[in-house]
Amino acid sequence: MNLSRAETWLPPVGVLVLVLLWETLARVGGISPFVLPAPSSVAHSFWVGLRNGVYLQHAMWTAIESLSGFVLAMVAGITLGALVAEVRFLERALYPFLVALQAMPKVALAPLVIIWLGYGIGSKILLAALLGFFPVLINTIAGLKSCDSGKVDVMRALAASRWQVFRMVKLPNAMPFVFAGANVAASFVVLGAVTGEFLGAKQGLGTLILLANNELDTAQIFAILIMLGLLGFVLFASVRFAQRRLLSWAPLEASPQP
Amino acid sequence: MMATLELELPRTSEPRRPSVWMARLGDVAYPAAALVLMLAAWEWGVALLGIGAYLLPPPSLVVRAIADMASDGSLWANTQVTLIETLGGFAIALVAGIVVGALIAQSRLLERTVYGYIVAIQTLPKIALAPLFVAWFGFGLTSKVGVAALIAFFPILVNVIIGLKSCDVGKIDLMRTLSASGWQIFRWVRLPSALPYIMAGVDVAIVFALTGAIVGEFVGATAGLGYQMVLSNSQMEVPKVYGVLMVLGLLGVLLHGAVELVRRRLLSWVPTDHHASPSSSH
Amino acid sequence: MTSPAPIISVDRLTKTYQSVAAERVTALADISLSIATGEFVTVVGPSGCGKTTLLRILAGLVGQYQGRAAIRGTPLKGPSRSVGVAFQDANLLPWRSIIDNVLLPAQVLHLDIKASTRRAHELLELVGLKGFERKLPHELSGGMRQRVSIARALLHDPEILLMDEPFGALDAITRDNMNFELRRIWMQSGKTIFLITHSIPEAVFLSSRVFVMSSRPGRIVRELAVDLPEERPLTIMGSARFGEYVVELRQALDHSDAVTPAMPLLKAA
Repeated sequence: MNLSRAETWLPPVGVLVLVLLWETLARVGGISPFVLPAPSSVAHSFWVGLRNGVYLQHAMWTAIESLSGFVLAMVAGITLGALVAEVRFLERALYPFLVALQAMPKVALAPLVIIWLGYGIGSKILLAALLGFFPVLINTIAGLKSCDSGKVDVMRALAASRWQVFRMVKLPNAMPFVFAGANVAASFVVLGAVTGEFLGAKQGLGTLILLANNELDTAQIFAILIMLGLLGFVLFASVRFAQRRLLSWAPLEASPQP
Repeated sequence: MMATLELELPRTSEPRRPSVWMARLGDVAYPAAALVLMLAAWEWGVALLGIGAYLLPPPSLVVRAIADMASDGSLWANTQVTLIETLGGFAIALVAGIVVGALIAQSRLLERTVYGYIVAIQTLPKIALAPLFVAWFGFGLTSKVGVAALIAFFPILVNVIIGLKSCDVGKIDLMRTLSASGWQIFRWVRLPSALPYIMAGVDVAIVFALTGAIVGEFVGATAGLGYQMVLSNSQMEVPKVYGVLMVLGLLGVLLHGAVELVRRRLLSWVPTDHHASPSSSH
Repeated sequence: MTSPAPIISVDRLTKTYQSVAAERVTALADISLSIATGEFVTVVGPSGCGKTTLLRILAGLVGQYQGRAAIRGTPLKGPSRSVGVAFQDANLLPWRSIIDNVLLPAQVLHLDIKASTRRAHELLELVGLKGFERKLPHELSGGMRQRVSIARALLHDPEILLMDEPFGALDAITRDNMNFELRRIWMQSGKTIFLITHSIPEAVFLSSRVFVMSSRPGRIVRELAVDLPEERPLTIMGSARFGEYVVELRQALDHSDAVTPAMPLLKAA
């Protein structure tokens, strides 16, 4: 079937065609570069920004904020998740609040975080952590509760202690869920860092976007966006890598279920 | 990348309840008690630990701030603005997501070509484009609608595609033996079986739309709840910041609850699954 | 002729619980039986008759009940170390290798790891899985996983093995082979086995005594002594004698809902 052969070369060719169309439109179509910059100018901005070290310098800041937030989110999310899943009365008391908090846009906490921690790097880290916290928490709880009773029965038949059941069965069983949460958290922490920078910062890719925006340099903005994408991707890929290593026994993709 | 699906907070069901109504009572009593405890701790803890009202005002001050904003009309006005931005962006994302998703799902070629790039775009934090939208469309509502639509679009798109493709071949074969047309198959088999996935995407999208609207207001606006937060912040009216946050939280819960209601109606035929599989909310 | 004290004794055991709809359900009514050391005993009954509840009580997983259930004369209050359990689902931990799965009881009970590892290897050989130690559960078939489950149940050297429809999820051919293997394991290890099934031929093939339970509330309505040779090839399932036992049990099951009080227990003739 020539369809499958087409499938291999069509994506890159398709994108090439799209990019060329974009380029011609931008140059010839009379659209201001403010609205739709040509891919060439985006690439140019990207290259310049990388070469003079500006991108890397600011990316470093955003990366530190994201990574720190990620680590915090994982630690807090797993710990609290374990507590809620294991301590029955905690779960019953907090359940409605968790459901409500899931629906609340956590970015709204940004001004609050600034009140608490000012405009320094701390507030960005905290905001990133807050955004990453919820997916990890929810998934940890779901994972710990998903343990099928059969395996728990095996442990109970051996008169295992509650801690033994948690450590040897419930926790490993929850790991695929925890990683799913970590994958989501990886993108959310970048979002948190950038939003925090939007509200006020001296360094970071978000700050850079605001600067470029002031100069109406849309090409620059797109270039920075790509930089941000790379950052998020690196974080995501690292989590995936750890997942592949630690969860060799579980399928990598869980089938999506409504 | 995993399909965009919301993970539902699982409900424990334990056997051996003393009786059903007592259990239901517990479901209300425990959280209520927790709420009272938290509010009390907040109110007195702040006074006890001497935390300044500029950092963490006690609930009493926050409630008063909300009342103030309600009485001078600013609360309702701002809520309206944010609501319009959210719903407008959501509506655009919904229509666009379904149309584009249906188109992509129809053509295998198109899907193979485009899907990888959709996944790539999803790794870009689109919220970073908020300043650009403000620059393009100004400080008015339009820019926020745009940001909201942009962010809410992708979860819907991905889920529509996956949902439409998830239809099991058996049902389609059945339709084909009846010589059903493509449109008939789509309407009576593909679309309904895609509905659970689509609704899951919609669930996520509504909160994303609200998020987009708020960040848009953070970056540049003249009205709206997010704008109010930043304004109150700069004017050192800290209780108002907390107050607006509460209102925003409530708004999110209401919007999400509305979607849940619709979802339950549309999907009343789906058996409730008690098992959760690892899925992501993106 | 005096017989040795039974290893498992159940006397007028009754179990009721409240269902989700807040109804009182009687799972077991007035169950009495006793099992001697080294016996292979099966319980047959329709689905939902309470046989799993009975097994779970003996496994120590159910705390509250009326009547008496004792192992070696000691009333059951919780899981006993003299008991090993193999459930309907193998319940292997997918993140552990086969040998580590078998070693699970050693970790939980804080047994000597060296001795346990040696024993685990022996048990895997006993169940016919030598060479599979390092594999992961998903690489094994259903029948093989059940065998691992049996090996695991035997690791801490319990005198009693409780088995809850262990071969229910297997296809018929594998099931017959597993039955043969299980009898071989029983003869080699000398354990007391209490097995639940809803397959009548399986019950007759495996055991020396079969108890028939009625549907809920579960009562013992019949006890059958199976007088077949110790060494039983699978072909014995085609013998006339075997067929007679099956017919008898089937009749007992069909009439099990008739109002007959539990028959007094008979010792094997």
